[in-house]
Amino acid sequence: MTDAIVADGVRKRYGEKAALDDLHLTVGHGTVHGLLGPNGAGKTTGVRVLTTLLRPDAGRATVGGYDVVRQADQVRRRIGLLGQHAALDEELGGRQNLEMFGRLYHLGARRARTRADELLERFGLADTGTKAVKQYSGGMRRRLDLAASLITEPQVLFLDEPTTGLDPRSRAEVWASVRSLVGGGTTVLLTTQYLEEADQLADRISVVDQGRVIADGTADELKARTGGDRVDVVLRDAGQLGAALALLPIDVGEVSVDADRRLFSAPVADRMGALTQVVRALQEAGIEAEDIALRRPTLDEAFLHLTGRSEDAGADAVRAGEAV
Amino acid sequence: MSAVGAVETAREERGGRVSLALSDSWTMTRRELAHWARQPVQVAVGLVFPVMILLMFGYLIGGGREVEGKYIDYLVPGTLALTMAFGLESTMIAVTQDLNKGVIDRFRSMPMANGAVLVGRSVADMLQSAVGLAVMTGVGYAIGWRAHASAGEFLAALGLLMLFRFAMLWIGIQLALVAGKPEMVQAVQILVWPVGFLSNAIATPESMPDWLGTVVEWNPMSRTATAVRELFGGHGAGAGHPWAAVIWPLALLAVFFPLALRRFGALSK
Ligand SMILES: Nc1ncnc2c1ncn2[C@@H]1O[C@H](COP(=O)(O)OP(=O)(O)O)[C@@H](O)[C@H]1O
Ligand SMILES: [Mg+2]
Repeated sequence: MTDAIVADGVRKRYGEKAALDDLHLTVGHGTVHGLLGPNGAGKTTGVRVLTTLLRPDAGRATVGGYDVVRQADQVRRRIGLLGQHAALDEELGGRQNLEMFGRLYHLGARRARTRADELLERFGLADTGTKAVKQYSGGMRRRLDLAASLITEPQVLFLDEPTTGLDPRSRAEVWASVRSLVGGGTTVLLTTQYLEEADQLADRISVVDQGRVIADGTADELKARTGGDRVDVVLRDAGQLGAALALLPIDVGEVSVDADRRLFSAPVADRMGALTQVVRALQEAGIEAEDIALRRPTLDEAFLHLTGRSEDAGADAVRAGEAV
Repeated sequence: MSAVGAVETAREERGGRVSLALSDSWTMTRRELAHWARQPVQVAVGLVFPVMILLMFGYLIGGGREVEGKYIDYLVPGTLALTMAFGLESTMIAVTQDLNKGVIDRFRSMPMANGAVLVGRSVADMLQSAVGLAVMTGVGYAIGWRAHASAGEFLAALGLLMLFRFAMLWIGIQLALVAGKPEMVQAVQILVWPVGFLSNAIATPESMPDWLGTVVEWNPMSRTATAVRELFGGHGAGAGHPWAAVIWPLALLAVFFPLALRRFGALSK
């Protein structure tokens, strides 16, 4: 059986700008694939090509084995789309929206109605079904949009930055929904700007930059390449940074230092072990720390490692070798 | 295949493309009707506006007009045609707004009939125009207008008005598809007004300077207004070529209908 999603050398230009520049992608059936990249990387353009909304200039793409250009109708029967911006009729109520989409998927009037009720119930929107969508909160809108993309239990679901702009609670709800879908065998392509999100949800991740995939693998593989989790330590006295760095265990990777914020940041392989080691070492040397935190690498740090350039020119991260 | 998917496939085998396209178009029409139900005030305002034009010209300005017969018999068919012409603007606004909504992306990512969105728009706009015609003829009757026509002639007159509206509708769709941006709607609004009033809707071409009279007589809207006046009777026949009121709209449709469909199909490529 062919893969659920294949993009083979897909290109799309907007004037001078190549939004997609030879994009290659393979997503296996029933897996969650993360498309990770900064703003403007080409994630949305990629999703729009794969969901038949945009015709590529060159290259080939299939979803469920069907060509997105020549067999668009077959593709449309098998996909669900949660776009970057809400794709709902704002004037209508939540139930009216879902019923309308159900009819357009040709479920028939009665089935469209019961399906709308099921989904409203499942996404905690049953009480607000008659309220116009324009009066919904951001989180409710996102959930309704997700519900709309699930009307036919699609084989392949596209989620374009599903949690950008959501509060932590709504984000957790969307994550939970995605996880439960994956249990049902749906293939998911998820775009995100957050490494943590891809880490939490995706089986495999493709890092996208300037319209092409620059790295690809499981979250662990990528993290190994980007230095894994990090310990951030803020010292009371910037003058002690040098002394503190000398104490660090040998197995840490590239350390970044920000003297202005009296901070150093070290990648660590063994999360809790490294944390206790750092705390103990600092204590024994009598170096006072103001704050110690364990965190995932940021997208910016991942980028620094993968591309050798910082996505944000003003980023704090500095290569340890240059700073120390 | 999932349970819902199986339902869909079964229906599709039974249905066939045409009945699916009809069903999609009906769903999109229902969408427009649901919009009305949620915005009754907006719908009412849309109906009151042409009535105001009728009353304004009938009472304030109309008194001294030089036309044979009663001015009201001249004015009512004119304002009916004028209302149909202004429909171009409301169609264009509605389509422009729709195209700039996120929901269009969802429609386009679904296996629905291409063009059902436009059919829904057309049916809803034609319905609204029919209601508008009913309201205006009612108000016209209340202020003294009478049709001296058989039922057949009366219906034929309404038919010509609706045909003209249908042509305006597809021009409106095409302009919305070409312009695309809400800012462009204003430019068209500014243009529709002179085209609407550079007609014989409220004044006879004979009462105008020669060159203007010629422009006015060639205006397709004037042809519809003239033919409708003749069918309603009460206003001396022989004003020209009644077939022009059929041919003009059909000619406009022959140009703009395929243009708009093609343009819509090629959207977002
Ligand atoms: N409709 C468009 N017209 C012109 N440029 C566009 C258009 N859509 C996207 N782009 C450009 O293509 C690039 C990729 O955009 P996009 O796919 O939206 O990135 P992402 O979703 O990763 O933020 C960006 O540089 C963006 O400015
Ligand atoms: Mg995007």
